[in-house]
Parts: sequence; structure tokens; C-alpha cells
Amino acid sequence: MDFIGAYSPIHLKFLLEGFLVTLEVAFISIVLSFAIGIVIGVLRYARIPVVAHVLAVGVETIRNLPLLLIIFFTYFALPEVGMKLDKLYAAILALVIFESAMLSEIVRSGLNSIEKGQIEAARASGLTYMQTMWHIILPQALRRMVPPIVSQFISLLKDTSLAVVIALPELMNHAQIINGRNVNYVIPIFLLVALMYFTVNYSLSLISKRLENKRV
Amino acid sequence: MIDFSIIVDHWDMYMQGFGNTVKASLLALLGSLLLGIVIAVFRIAPVRLLNWLGAAYVEFIRNIPLILVVFVFFFGLPALGVRLDSFTAGTLGLTVYTAAFIAEVIRAGILAVPKGQMEAARSSGLTYLQAMRYVILPQAIKIVIPPLGNQFINLVKNSSVLGVIAGLDLMYFGDLISSETFVTFDVYIFVAVFYLVLTVPLSLGVGFLERRLARSR
Repeated sequence: MDFIGAYSPIHLKFLLEGFLVTLEVAFISIVLSFAIGIVIGVLRYARIPVVAHVLAVGVETIRNLPLLLIIFFTYFALPEVGMKLDKLYAAILALVIFESAMLSEIVRSGLNSIEKGQIEAARASGLTYMQTMWHIILPQALRRMVPPIVSQFISLLKDTSLAVVIALPELMNHAQIINGRNVNYVIPIFLLVALMYFTVNYSLSLISKRLENKRV
Repeated sequence: MIDFSIIVDHWDMYMQGFGNTVKASLLALLGSLLLGIVIAVFRIAPVRLLNWLGAAYVEFIRNIPLILVVFVFFFGLPALGVRLDSFTAGTLGLTVYTAAFIAEVIRAGILAVPKGQMEAARSSGLTYLQAMRYVILPQAIKIVIPPLGNQFINLVKNSSVLGVIAGLDLMYFGDLISSETFVTFDVYIFVAVFYLVLTVPLSLGVGFLERRLARSR
């Protein structure tokens, strides 16, 4: 094991660059997935006929597939039907498809956790369904969704590493490139990479825990 | 349209991959259940050092990517002179990773059993381990089954990382078939169907158990 060689400034910089891509991809994906997840979650919550059923089947199908398979799809299979995406967009698309399904479930159970009496009271006092949703239900539900969304973001940060299969230049990819230079770097590099993921994710999980405790 | 001759011509390969995905998932489930129970007991045992060790394992593993754990077994161990084949390395990685999540599920289940049960068992003369074995665990198991089912679904999906290290699973054979036929889309559609054959019934089963448990409480 060569800790000194493995932790040379060039390598550290290279890993950091990879980590920035990881964070960037994860951040873009969670924002997009959250927007889509809210739409899907609300449509399913409102039980709009046909639409809700189609969405239910779509969400369940995606949730029951491995993310890795979806990444293969967006990068290797889509070009076959005339949609060629570069690595970054293919990775983001795959993560958004997968995470929107996950987040829509969080949104839906957040909405379901609001007592039905609130809708009835709001409607009785003259608000339309949309107004009730927007002013009464969503604000309360969103607050309850924060902790599970943070956990989902942690999963997403970890899952970004799966894009190593399409050689997206994120943290795992950069780690593997360094490992390829010298077998004595492997253990030190994996140790450092693990610490990088751990530090960010553990901090996020502590924040999430604090938010949860504040709520109760 | 989808070319069904792919699945007909490569049925044996799909089946081999499917079989190995099932095998890896079951082996990892068994291993992570055993390891997970040990860690859960560590976390709640009345010994500070064990509590800390259990918590450290869970928090560390849960906050790093699965693929990193698998890479440690596949690329890291050979650097230390231990060489494992890809299936074994992948399955061990899955086991170590899933154990952290299962430990949390089991811990939550044990903590859900009212405290008075342990106190009553202890005061009627059982040792801590006997109380665990005969009083707490049998009650905890019922609570724990639906979330364990969810972990098993995740495990089946996560087993796809074996494909990254050529672990002979469904993903690996999908890759192999697509490089043989120069077809990607259709090949992976069938791979997806095979995963759904495993995960959808599990999901429905877990949903059913969750509803039944919610009603019985």
C-alpha cells in the first residue's frame, strides 16, 4: 500500500473534480425529480381516472427495476431508437426517471398524511380544489416530506456512482482511473473515496434527523 | 417492434443470468440476515463498546455507495493478496452492504416490542439472552417481516451491480447478448422483464403483509 503516492496533490485534485461532478449530477437530478415527483404525486393523490392508473403502473414498474438497468437504457439503448445522449445527460435522465418515481411516492404519502378533514373544511369555506391543494394541503405536506427527501438525496448521491458503467467522470470513475495506475493505490484510494461519500452523506443524515426531531 | 427471436435464441443465457441473480440475492439475503441480526443485537445490547461498534458499522456502510463496497471486494482484496471470483466478490459486497440496512430494520423491530416485556422476562428469571431469544425476538419478527421484504426487493435490484464486475448475473448476460447480437434496446427490455418477474410479486406480497399488519394493530 502506498498512501503517500496515492494521496499526491494531483490525485487529490482529480478526486475532488470527480466529486464535484457527483454532487452536480445529484443536485440537478434531485431538483428535476422533485418537480416531476410533485406532479405525479399530486395527480395520483387526486385520483384522476385513467391518468392516475397509468402513472401508478409506470411508477411501480420503474421502482421495481434496478437503476443500473435504466442507466444502460438511456445510454446504450436510446441511441438505437434515434436518441443519442452524451454521458452526462444519459446519467441525469436515468437518475431523474428513477428518482421521480421514488419521490412521487414520498409526495403521495406526504399528501395522504394530511387529515381529510382539512380538505373538507377548506372546500366548505369556499376554496376550489386547486386552491385547497396549493394553500392548505401542499404547504403542510411539504414540511413532512423534508426528512424522507433528504434520505432520498443521500441515496441519489450514492447511486450516482453507478454511472461508472458509462464512464461518467464522477468520483468512482476518477478513483478507478487512479487505481489503474498502480495496484498499491487501490486500498488508500477506496478508503479516501469512502470517507468523502461518508462525510457528505452522514452530515446530510444528521441534518435530516434534526429536522425530524424538530417536527415531532 | 420488439424482436422476440432474441429471447428465443438466447433463452439459455437469460436463464443462466436469471438463475445467478436469484442465487446471489438469496445468498446475500441469508448472509445479511445473519450479519444484520448480530449488528442489531450489538446496537441494543447493554454494552457501550458493542453499541458503538454496531452504530459505526451501520452509519459507515449506509452512507457509502454499494458499488464501492463491491469494488473493495473485487479490486481491493486482490491488492492485499486475496483473489475472489466476481460472483463471490459481488455477493459478499451485497451481503456486507445489505446487512447495515437489515440491522436497522431488526433494531427498529426489537425496539417496537414494549419495554415491559423485557423487564417482565428478566424479573421472572430469564437471562438477557434468554429473554431476547424467547420473548423479544419472536414478537419482533412479525413487525420486521414487511420491511425485510422491502430490503429483499432492494437486494434483488442491487444484485445488478454484479454485472459491473462481470458477475454472471442478468445484467452481465444482457451485456453479453447485446454485444453478440448488436441489439441493445430489445435485449434490455427482456432483461427488465426478468427483473420485474422477481420484484413485482415481491412488492405485491410486501404490500399485502403491510396492510394486514396495519389492520391487526
